[in-house]
Amino acid sequence: MIPAPLSSGTTKDRARSDFHLSRNTPAGGLRARMFALTLAGLALFAPPLPAGAQATGDLGLVVERASGSLLVVDQSERASIGRITGLGDLSHASLVYSPDEQFAYVFGRDGGLTKVDILAQTVVNRVMQAGNSIGGAISDDGRFVAVSNYEPGGVRVFDADTLAMVADIPTGSKTVGLVDIPGTKFVFSLWDSGETWIADLSGETPQITRVKGMGANPYDALVTGDGRTYIAGLFGEDHLSALDLWQDPPEPQSILPGYAEGREGLPVYKMPHLEGWALAGQDFVLPAMGQHEVLWVDARTLKETGRTPTHGQPVFAISRPDGRHVWVNFAHPLNDTIQVIDSVSKEVIHQFAPGPGVLHMEFTPRGHEVWLSVRDAGKVIIYDTETFEQLGEIATESPSGIFFTARAHRMGL
Amino acid sequence: MNRLATILALAAAPALADPDPEALRRLVRQDCGSCHGMTLKGGLGPDIRPAALASYQRDDLTTVILDGIPGTPMPPWRPLLSEGDAAWIADYLLRGDPE
Repeated sequence: MIPAPLSSGTTKDRARSDFHLSRNTPAGGLRARMFALTLAGLALFAPPLPAGAQATGDLGLVVERASGSLLVVDQSERASIGRITGLGDLSHASLVYSPDEQFAYVFGRDGGLTKVDILAQTVVNRVMQAGNSIGGAISDDGRFVAVSNYEPGGVRVFDADTLAMVADIPTGSKTVGLVDIPGTKFVFSLWDSGETWIADLSGETPQITRVKGMGANPYDALVTGDGRTYIAGLFGEDHLSALDLWQDPPEPQSILPGYAEGREGLPVYKMPHLEGWALAGQDFVLPAMGQHEVLWVDARTLKETGRTPTHGQPVFAISRPDGRHVWVNFAHPLNDTIQVIDSVSKEVIHQFAPGPGVLHMEFTPRGHEVWLSVRDAGKVIIYDTETFEQLGEIATESPSGIFFTARAHRMGL
Repeated sequence: MNRLATILALAAAPALADPDPEALRRLVRQDCGSCHGMTLKGGLGPDIRPAALASYQRDDLTTVILDGIPGTPMPPWRPLLSEGDAAWIADYLLRGDPE
């Protein structure tokens, strides 16, 4: 592996050289390092590479939650190629990408909104936009970045170029489940009042549509890849609620009513996450709250089609991009384990323990590999999704979220 | 597994052991931190730094940790922690971390 770059622009080329010379042989590694040092020396004298000489399509960022840094990773090299530091409190941080995949907008728990350049591997701009925030989204046209905040409760929208605030939407509630949908709109939910709001940013001033009666205490939400179906998980109800965003106005529809009826709710040591990778074949797959199972609903009718008992309480249930398998990780204290579920049979077909504190999973865009962050082992581990064979690992400090740049071109992530 | 069985299964191991400060400090930061933030300044759950907990007695806080607060997302930790562990965490939170 090559140390962090001395200058921007040449990083990827050096990494590629390493790959070209050798693949995982110590002698080759030494040669590669010497070659890289030579290149680094040359870089002092060579003119800068033309803009765009380095592609970003197979890059990604790994959140290092304790040290407030991002590891820049190269998906096809299965290697880190640098680190961006100085991002504040990144516990529970997430990020989105600009449409050109050069910039990422990072949402920190401390309310920090940081714009980083993944080519230069630097912080471009940073604002403290609230006291306590939970996530964000970027508009379909790439012009606006929205952040959902616990304190003060609401959503704030920023110019993606300058990070100047362009709209402040107070909700009087902790605000969760923020996603982007077509038409330069954002959708988000209100923990305290059980509402979902749709904010249309396409005009001069934001137009807000309030949908009441979603249910008590929405804790997170997802929108499907087509931007049509918004599903909110509810802490305070024994069901989830869905909105058909093609309806005008959308009306909440209860899904999976009474899924835990007659069963004692187990203590919830970590809230599940709802992510846009929910479609698995003809069904959406959803983590249950307070139960050791994942739930399946028909994607068209939203009727239950099955339940799969799992190892523990699911945190993420993420469909592989082709939808054939679903990978599930679990809440404390069972968070060392992964289960893989076949979306046709809805049965667990593989289970293994990558290590302590498996926090997140990210598939390569077409799903041939999955990258897992194993927080307490200080590693990202890479697996083949067909054979489940380990393909590589990358040392990192307390990793949590892994985000590949291909997310730039997906809705609702 | 129903909750009682979970409690019986999980309570057996830690109940008699002395609190392990290293493990408990990590648990507070990482797992309590899921809701209260890794710096404990709050998230979905409230701020639990010393100033915010000033009105709590040690024993009350220990009880909240062990039994949770029904009707809120604060879960009972009794299935995972001994009373000694919970009291250690209550002290740790009220005192604050010297770091």
